[in-house]
Amino acid sequence: MDTFVSKFTLILLIFVIYAVFTSNEDTIVALATPPGEGAVSLIRISGGRSFEIIDKVFIGGKKISDCAPGTFHYGKIFNVAGEILDDVIVLKFKSPNSYTGEDSIEISTHGSQFIAKKIIEEILLNDARIAEPGEFTKRAFLNNKLDLAQAEAVADIISSRTDASLRGARNQLDGLLSKQVETFREMLITVSSMIELELDFAEEDLTFMPLSDVDVKLKSIVEEIDKLLATYSFGRVIRDGVNVAIVGKPNVGKSSLLNYILKESRAIVSEIPGTTRDVIREEVSIDGLLFRLFDTAGIRLTEDSIEIEGVLRSREAVKNADIILMVNDLLEGFSQELYNEIIDLNGGERVLVIANKSDLSIEQMNNADAAISAKTGEGIGYLFALIKDKALGQANFSENTAVVSNIRHYNALKKAKNCLLDARKSIGSNISGEFISVDIRNAELALGEIIGKVTTDDILNNIFSKFCIGK
Amino acid sequence: MNCFDVIVVGGGHAGIEASSAAAKMGCSVGLVTLDKSAIGRMSCNPAIGGSAKGHLVHEIDALGGVMGLIADRTGIQFRILNKSKGPAVWAGRCQSDRRLYLDEAERVISSIGNIKVVEDSVNEAVAENNKIVGIVTGSGKQIMCKALIVCAGTFLNGLMHTGLSSVEGGRFEEKPSIGLTDSLIKLGFVSGRFKTGTPPRLAKSSIDFSLLEEQPGDEFPEPFSLRTDKSQFPFLQQVSCHLTHTNSTAHKILETGFSRSPLFTGLINGVGPRYCPSIEDKIVRFTDKISHQLFLEPEGLDDDLIYLNGFSTSLPADIQLEAIHKIKGLENSEMIRPGYAVEYDYFPPYQVDLTLETKLVEGLYFSGQVNGTSGYEEAAGQGILAGINAALKIQKRKEFTLKRSEAYIGVLIDDLVGKSTNEPYRMFTSRAEHRLILRQDNADRRLLKYGYEFGLINKSQFEELREREILINLSKELLTETRVRPDAINNYLESIGTSVIDNSETLEKITRRPEINLGKLLNEVDLKGNGTIQKLKQNNKALEQVEIEFKYEGYIQRQYDMIEKVEKLEKMNIPLNFNFLNLKQISAEGREKLAKIKPRSIGQASRISGVSPSDISILLVYLKN
Repeated sequence: MDTFVSKFTLILLIFVIYAVFTSNEDTIVALATPPGEGAVSLIRISGGRSFEIIDKVFIGGKKISDCAPGTFHYGKIFNVAGEILDDVIVLKFKSPNSYTGEDSIEISTHGSQFIAKKIIEEILLNDARIAEPGEFTKRAFLNNKLDLAQAEAVADIISSRTDASLRGARNQLDGLLSKQVETFREMLITVSSMIELELDFAEEDLTFMPLSDVDVKLKSIVEEIDKLLATYSFGRVIRDGVNVAIVGKPNVGKSSLLNYILKESRAIVSEIPGTTRDVIREEVSIDGLLFRLFDTAGIRLTEDSIEIEGVLRSREAVKNADIILMVNDLLEGFSQELYNEIIDLNGGERVLVIANKSDLSIEQMNNADAAISAKTGEGIGYLFALIKDKALGQANFSENTAVVSNIRHYNALKKAKNCLLDARKSIGSNISGEFISVDIRNAELALGEIIGKVTTDDILNNIFSKFCIGK
Repeated sequence: MNCFDVIVVGGGHAGIEASSAAAKMGCSVGLVTLDKSAIGRMSCNPAIGGSAKGHLVHEIDALGGVMGLIADRTGIQFRILNKSKGPAVWAGRCQSDRRLYLDEAERVISSIGNIKVVEDSVNEAVAENNKIVGIVTGSGKQIMCKALIVCAGTFLNGLMHTGLSSVEGGRFEEKPSIGLTDSLIKLGFVSGRFKTGTPPRLAKSSIDFSLLEEQPGDEFPEPFSLRTDKSQFPFLQQVSCHLTHTNSTAHKILETGFSRSPLFTGLINGVGPRYCPSIEDKIVRFTDKISHQLFLEPEGLDDDLIYLNGFSTSLPADIQLEAIHKIKGLENSEMIRPGYAVEYDYFPPYQVDLTLETKLVEGLYFSGQVNGTSGYEEAAGQGILAGINAALKIQKRKEFTLKRSEAYIGVLIDDLVGKSTNEPYRMFTSRAEHRLILRQDNADRRLLKYGYEFGLINKSQFEELREREILINLSKELLTETRVRPDAINNYLESIGTSVIDNSETLEKITRRPEINLGKLLNEVDLKGNGTIQKLKQNNKALEQVEIEFKYEGYIQRQYDMIEKVEKLEKMNIPLNFNFLNLKQISAEGREKLAKIKPRSIGQASRISGVSPSDISILLVYLKN
């Protein structure tokens, strides 16, 4: 426990050092409303580049940079691929007339927490960083927006919020990740020791590891990091839920299936107030996993202008789905045409072919994954098991697999990976160890954001315990 | 005279630099030593420099210290270590003639008018209202001072062990210093106990060198000091070291002495350095290693002593000799003096500030081994900083500290103050996170300005550097702009085995190639008698800087970027009297550590283990008020 706390303290330390020395320049972003509460989420951006960043993701009547302070604007947030994330309202605050005293933006999104997260991720891609606990308030204070009495309150907030995040970090998911990153850390200490040994103890009677061996070790660490990075999208599934699109031709029983699931699933989490017209979204929890169900209207392109938007939204839902339930009517048989459309949009990996109306027919559908009756509930239990398998199967998930579910951890791992690739490049160019060490130490620093910092003492301790130093 | 501006206690490597710096800055200095003839005596091996230590010597020299000069004058072998690696880890090392080193140190000290050597011990440091006022010596004299620098090395309650017998003393046949520790404890300081050791000395004439591997110095030796006259260097005849190895027979004999080992029987309580273990420690800890390398260092040209590096021990003398006789080349050797361990008092260094002034008593400075370090160079680096600060304080000038990003001395002191130390602290290049820019070759570019500011470096030296800086900058600009055509250079490129160019290329880009030597390249290209380049070709130091900065530009730039980020934290100062205990929102551990170490900047605070990031945030909030 103690070691955990101290490790965690170190992680935060690095984070705050980073945060503090960049505090005047960094633009920060965070969800301002409590997670999972209310129908409207508020995202706050603060810092010198707030307007520049919002103009990169938001398209409304005109550029926010050109708008007057204290005004609000309706528009859409787009992701990097040019896809719409949500319709939002943006409020502009100009320094010093904002909560923090800096240029600030507030985004009201009526989407779920999932949408809000997507938007935040998009903003992060544009050179903002996640705010640390209490940081908006801290900035407010540092910019003289608060008085001394309030300052004490800020200090309280910072300390209590840190405790809260400490508690959060203790959950099993993060524990497994820490364990995995800890092995990287140990491997890096070993590699650093090999390099430093040759630099600081060249005169000793020791055999040094050739850099080609160091490279082999680095390669294997990079591969392990890659594996971990690959769990990120799955990690998000765990945290944010699984998108399930229900697709089928009219009258095959899509709505009956949806209703049955809603009835059978243990808890109906919420009914999301729709921003969509033709895609119905419901969130349900099955065996602790959050599923977000999209009942699509139809995905075949039509010339009917009234339907076009609905079709576009349905296609979008299929494209973004983690699982696609393709519902067929046993009486009408399998629709190859529709199946091809789905494959076009999302590949075949994620499709579950369902033969519905098993209560009305004894026919078999050869390529169906499950035969069910949305009316009687026959086969639905089996379908749930299939859905769960499909969701969890993507990353060979087991209770003991480390999963990256946090964008900051993801970024830290990615940064570490890039540093290690730089180090490998340096080794390839036949340069001496002290240069390679720069990149390896930066990798250690990046991983330090997830787990304990690697100090010179760690490296020297390792050297002294393993090698006979001292002539 | 019973009054000095500065009193320095101890005439070792820290004491010499401290006295010399303070005196040259205009202070009257009393150098109190137990033995006048022992000023500058090398207690352990007769060598200066080595990995990271060589860097320290260059830095001390650039600040205007004397260690490099003395080493250059008395060196009998010079080598640059790590020459196969990049310039940041090149490190000078020399073997010194121990007796001549002593003479030269004495000469340097006596040549500085303001230093008076007082042969006595110091029994008491006297303070009034937490401010130092003087000392009481062993002979009962009271001497007043404005600043006191304690550099007592291993002499505070020194206890030497060979086998189960122990003798009071700080060095072979020298008395310890008794009383000063207690006096400091009475003033409120906390002391600890460290241990170090030294190997036996053998008679040179009794060793069969024909059986041993010879290790000569560099063919073209390089001096440490900027001020050493290169035309006369090296001053002395150059000699070789030799290598031999222990073996399992010798190990077995040593093992028979373990029952009489002060280390294994619990007689020694002090903590020793892990990077410099005794031979008995090596045998116990690395059982799979059947042989350990020994390095035979000559103690001088006209000296019959050989220092048996690698064989530090406190086993009984008879066991030492018996084992030595089983080692190749040493079969008939005569042991002039057995190895021994020495235990001594130190003061955990969180008790000093980055200026090395103690936090408890104004005007009192600790430097060298009393701060828990080991090594001549570590001691000297602290000595000069303490000496400068004592003088600055007396002259009511701004204090002087070095940043981690500008000197190994800065790393050393920041580590000591912020992390304290659990074993004798030695410098390693890996301790410096900005290693690529803390090089020996640019020590003067980093630090000469300070030496000049304090009057420790003369004007012509400083002017020379300034002209060199101008030449470096002009040359870099010129070489970055000047392009050469393929037909003008490809023959040369081909001749040295590097790939030819297809289009015209800047000289800077070509210099980046590992195979290229800038000096030779400049001889190949016709720059139409360009004056700057002609000057550059004749200035090896400038040439070297330009080449290094081109070749490693990407890496060096990354380090500068990092420094720039860190700098902001370092610049956020914490007032001297800031009361950390009042910050109730800070974690108990963080509060306690902050109150103990009393960091002077947010950067320093953030490096203290146990101080959490939220503690730092809270600290920032309060500092804003």
